[in-house]
Amino acid sequence: MSQLDSEQDVAGVIGRPLDRVDGPLKVTGRARYATERRDGGARPAVGWIVEAAIGHGRIARIDAGRAERAPGVLLVLTHENAAEQTPYGLPEDAGRFTQSRAVLQGNEIRHFGQAVALVVAETLEQARAAAALVEVDYDAESGRYEASPEDEGEIPDSLDGGGQPDLGKGDFDAVLRSAEVSLDQRYTTADQIASAMEPHATEASWRDGKLTLHMSLQILASGKQAIAQTLGIEPERVRILSPFIGGGFGSKLGVHADGVLAALAARELDRPVKVVQHRRNLFFSGPHRGHSSQRIRLGADAEGRLLAIGHDSLQPMARRYQFAEPVASATRASYACDALLTRHRVVPVDRPPIDSMRAPGEAIGTPTFEAAIDEMAEQLGLDPLEFRLRNAPQREPGGGRPFSSRDLERCLKEGAERFGWHERPVRPRSRNDGRWLIGYGMASAVRPNLLMEASARARLGGNGQVVCELDMTDLGTGSYTVLTQIAAETLGVEPQRVTVELGDSDLPQTSGSGGSFGAGTSGSALYRACLALKEELARIACEHADSPLNGCVPDALELAGGRLSGRRADGTAAEAGLDAIAALGGPDGVSAEGSIEAGQDHEDFAQYSYGAQFVELGVDPASGEIRLRRCLGVFSAGRILNAKTARSQLMGGMIYGIGGALFEEAMMDSRRGAFMNRDLAEYHLPVNRDVPDLEVVMLEEPDYRSNPLGSRGIGELGICGIGGAIANAVHNASGVRVRDFPITLDKVLKGLETRV
Amino acid sequence: MRAFTYERAEAAEAAAGRAADPSASFIAGGTNLVDLMKLQVLSPSHLVDVSRLPLDRIEATEEGGLRIGALVTNSALANDERIKATWPLLSRALLSGATAQLRNKATTGGNLLQRTRCYYFYDTTSPCNKREPGSGCGALEGFNRIHAILGASEHCIATHPSDMAVAMVALGAEAETLRPDGRRRRVAVEALHRLPGERPELETVLEPGELIEAVVLPPPPKGRQLYRKVRDRSSYAFALVSVAVALEVEGNAVSSLRLALGGVAHKPWRASRAEAALLGQPATRDSFRAAAEAELAEAVGHGGNDFKLPLARRVIAATLADAAGLTPEAEEGEPV
Amino acid sequence: MPHRDPLDRPGRPGAGPAAAPDTLSRAAAADAGQTGAAQRESVTLTVNGRRETVEVDVRRSLLDLLREQLDLTGSKKGCDHGQCGACTVLVNGRRINACLSLAVMHDGDEVVTVEGLEAIDAQTLAPGGTMGSGAAALGDVPSLHPLQAAFVREDAFQCGYCTPGQLCSGVALLGELAAGEASIVTWERADADGADAVGAAPASDEELRERMSGNLCRCGAYPNILGALRRTLGQIEEGAERADRGPGRDGARGGTG
Repeated sequence: MSQLDSEQDVAGVIGRPLDRVDGPLKVTGRARYATERRDGGARPAVGWIVEAAIGHGRIARIDAGRAERAPGVLLVLTHENAAEQTPYGLPEDAGRFTQSRAVLQGNEIRHFGQAVALVVAETLEQARAAAALVEVDYDAESGRYEASPEDEGEIPDSLDGGGQPDLGKGDFDAVLRSAEVSLDQRYTTADQIASAMEPHATEASWRDGKLTLHMSLQILASGKQAIAQTLGIEPERVRILSPFIGGGFGSKLGVHADGVLAALAARELDRPVKVVQHRRNLFFSGPHRGHSSQRIRLGADAEGRLLAIGHDSLQPMARRYQFAEPVASATRASYACDALLTRHRVVPVDRPPIDSMRAPGEAIGTPTFEAAIDEMAEQLGLDPLEFRLRNAPQREPGGGRPFSSRDLERCLKEGAERFGWHERPVRPRSRNDGRWLIGYGMASAVRPNLLMEASARARLGGNGQVVCELDMTDLGTGSYTVLTQIAAETLGVEPQRVTVELGDSDLPQTSGSGGSFGAGTSGSALYRACLALKEELARIACEHADSPLNGCVPDALELAGGRLSGRRADGTAAEAGLDAIAALGGPDGVSAEGSIEAGQDHEDFAQYSYGAQFVELGVDPASGEIRLRRCLGVFSAGRILNAKTARSQLMGGMIYGIGGALFEEAMMDSRRGAFMNRDLAEYHLPVNRDVPDLEVVMLEEPDYRSNPLGSRGIGELGICGIGGAIANAVHNASGVRVRDFPITLDKVLKGLETRV
Repeated sequence: MRAFTYERAEAAEAAAGRAADPSASFIAGGTNLVDLMKLQVLSPSHLVDVSRLPLDRIEATEEGGLRIGALVTNSALANDERIKATWPLLSRALLSGATAQLRNKATTGGNLLQRTRCYYFYDTTSPCNKREPGSGCGALEGFNRIHAILGASEHCIATHPSDMAVAMVALGAEAETLRPDGRRRRVAVEALHRLPGERPELETVLEPGELIEAVVLPPPPKGRQLYRKVRDRSSYAFALVSVAVALEVEGNAVSSLRLALGGVAHKPWRASRAEAALLGQPATRDSFRAAAEAELAEAVGHGGNDFKLPLARRVIAATLADAAGLTPEAEEGEPV
Repeated sequence: MPHRDPLDRPGRPGAGPAAAPDTLSRAAAADAGQTGAAQRESVTLTVNGRRETVEVDVRRSLLDLLREQLDLTGSKKGCDHGQCGACTVLVNGRRINACLSLAVMHDGDEVVTVEGLEAIDAQTLAPGGTMGSGAAALGDVPSLHPLQAAFVREDAFQCGYCTPGQLCSGVALLGELAAGEASIVTWERADADGADAVGAAPASDEELRERMSGNLCRCGAYPNILGALRRTLGQIEEGAERADRGPGRDGARGGTG
């Protein structure tokens, strides 16, 4: 039973812990994901991807003959027969999500696992079996697959999110030299895979020259552009539908091989074709997060005032795929200092796309930076909490702008109080519980807040039902629910009278889901659409000859309980139901559009969401195993739009961060450019038992400089810092400082061995 | 997955005969075979479905042991009251492995015969002497975090992934098999699996078509039985190192010991050297550590798995200490 | 070449083993493995209370039978290799990974998927009658199993893709607990308590977490999944207590459950 109870007040519906409106569909298996739709049309043929078996080089020979003759096979697409597309990565000046994602063009192998053929058959079993019959000979060339810490690297054009690769202030070297206490440490993080539970998948069909793609995709508008660009057709001829998405975490921001391959094959066969990437495909035909090596330098005076903060990052960048992760983004905003130096470098490699994965930048930059802060506090003999509080900046340390809100210190204090930080073991390796060594750790979380462009349409029908339409997506983030709440409150109707239509590229364009900007951006557009709709309804009410409110002044109307009321010029009271007014507007009722884009406040103010992470864990002194015992995250992210889904987002972020801190490492064999543990048995995501009691606290503080709703991004905030808190707690428990993430037991063991 | 022919066997004798061709395979739970067939790591041309043979009972033997039908699922075996009461080591090992879903499907016989999780074995574009004899070993110079430190060869450093089999070795279990020619034999589980040597593709001493019908447990070893599994996450992961122990202490001395290791070799590893070193010795941390070192005297790392040497040493010693009822190490010495 | 026409030799359900090729033809079959037609068999099984007779490619997994042939797309394919649990269904009352099980081996079996959970009795875990299909729009809610309702209330999912598997796993777990089955945590708890054997005790959080660890959730809903299980366990206990106290019971069942 959902909480859409009719007796509830409509005012204040935003923020309520409403159950997900799509929840019943999801718990009964009735939510249909990308390739699960059936509308009585032709049964789709099934495509299976054949992968390149070398990391770099050329196809010398490809023979699809045996595959073509295999039972059930309808088509084998290779570079020899695939339709010509716009070359991969063009136009160069387009964004990476709108550039061509061409497949099967020419004999060049850019990376291991690249699609070299698509086998399409009547059934999955037939396609999969026939895929093994495609014979490919290669001329392998030596490739470059990794960025080693010794590389100097290149300066990327820009950072994801738009930041400058190099940002600093003051004479860093001089200030660092003059510091009484200093630190210079190197940290590394591993290659990671987003690993949404639903693999990337597409079902494509063509009718009258128009392409329809049922696809698992986060941003529909750019996806439509990318498909059109790739195939050389007008964007108007492409429609993408993505009503339910089995997680994305950045990996579905753009279109991947499944989409283009399905479109090509469906056109060739004049029949729907579905291509579901195999879990092993995803390590190559989807994006990943590149490893990083980071150097962090800190200088402080004896009282624990930070003077110099330096953070350098080096990562691989896939050739012909411009993407650089803003590793030091939080470093630029966390603590006050006299001198700052943050630099990002990349090394071009022969890999599949390296791209955004949940909290690009902060997910790998805050664990390292917050570990370094902890190491510095230890050198200074300061409580890590006190050290952080002592260095609260008045203005953005990197840019110098004032903050729209600065709530980090409140999060830290509130968290310390709730967690019982004062009861922590002050000395490393000084507490145990049975065989377990117990440690506490904490860290700050800082994540930039973004507002993008979006538009939305709201319509009130004569039946009193509100329909909201926008091409926004819901990857589990709660978009359906939050947008329902925004429309209900703004229009003064009960939430169950609101239907939110998402995931259709024919609907008004939004920025989709990504960068934690989804709810704020799309929500603000919808909010404005609802305001416009209200105005339009008021105008009709006052002007339409058949309206009971005819003659009233629009601005003086009141809206309550789904009814408009006001006074006519003669002073008599009048009222009418919203549905009745909508019916006057026409057979489809009344509709209005609204839009949003970032304004001056996003130029003038530094906008961030904040949090404080606290962790207690145990380390087994024999094996080095780590077991989390409890986690607390205290967050400030402006106004909370739905207390239930927001909490889940933050909690999910924390758990995502636990994965990166303790388990996740895609192991690339640099002899061939191949990820070797490319399945979910050996690429370890956290399992249920890995996650302990986990508390999320949200400190409400509406921030109307962020957007008209007062919300800030939360989708990635939970990840930030938690890896640092874990690293710090491991050190506190065992005395072992691990600077290479993930913190697996072998690394802890190494420290334990040298101790004794 | 290549096309194959399928038949459902009604009798064990017929099944063994039908699977005598090396390109045929039995299938029961299928949790490992179907996995590997989908990737064409294995491509049997014929499957003999033995899942409906009447081999799903657990019966007491006259010797005071148990005869476990090969088709008893891992779940059923782990929860058998006799197993829980008398051979808890086996229940613990079974429940340390895989997940409830997989244990409901995986069988006793199939668990013994599961294949390695070596990345290079799974990746058909990589060289692997086990999958494709003569092609080389990708793991030797590649990623070998999960690989063997004992009994490996230059041809293969893969490990056997079973938890159950490690417990079976410690408990002295024997497999009862039926050969295609109708003869039956008993093979100690300890002798069932081979070391890789020059023929890593041969994992067991079973002949083609030889069907495991049951595993027979002798009466339980003396003393406390424990299974300790160390892995990369808290559940649903294969062992990096595991230790199966049955230890009895009389006075202060070790009077009986059965010790086996998982995750360290191409087969479940019976730690005979450690057993010999400890028998009659005082049950102290020092002697446990010395026994572990004796067992690992010839252990070799290959880079990524070097950590398994100290890990195995420490975890063997710690598990023996637990079995002997010593105070946890964290409560001794410097901390607190 | 044998079996070129798959309809030559359909297996008959309940009529003994499927016919097998003779040994001589097996070499030919092996050769045909790459290029030949696949063997097909007829399978009869009960899915969500409904009897289905279907012909399957012997390579087809139970999961693909459900998703591709029976249009039961509730059961999800996350990895197709038993490494994520999204495909978890109940077969003869036990949870398994449908992706690692050949459909042809399920002749005669009773299968319950997420689409059939509503009909499962939360107390006895017995599957109910035939399910209607019915189109579903947002908010078009059939009656739910208590665990399904608890998942909605506790927000025990986000993207929803692992959810059907979590739910099937959770429903099975309730039965396993009631039957006194052990997990490794049961043993660890016995060790901590100094007990010689595993005993029946109220399930700890750790116990529930371990038992749900065969179902990955990348959105990170684990704590809420635990919350949903706790809520459902509480309801079952209340229900059992009410049933014990209530009239019409013959009193054969002692104690308070």
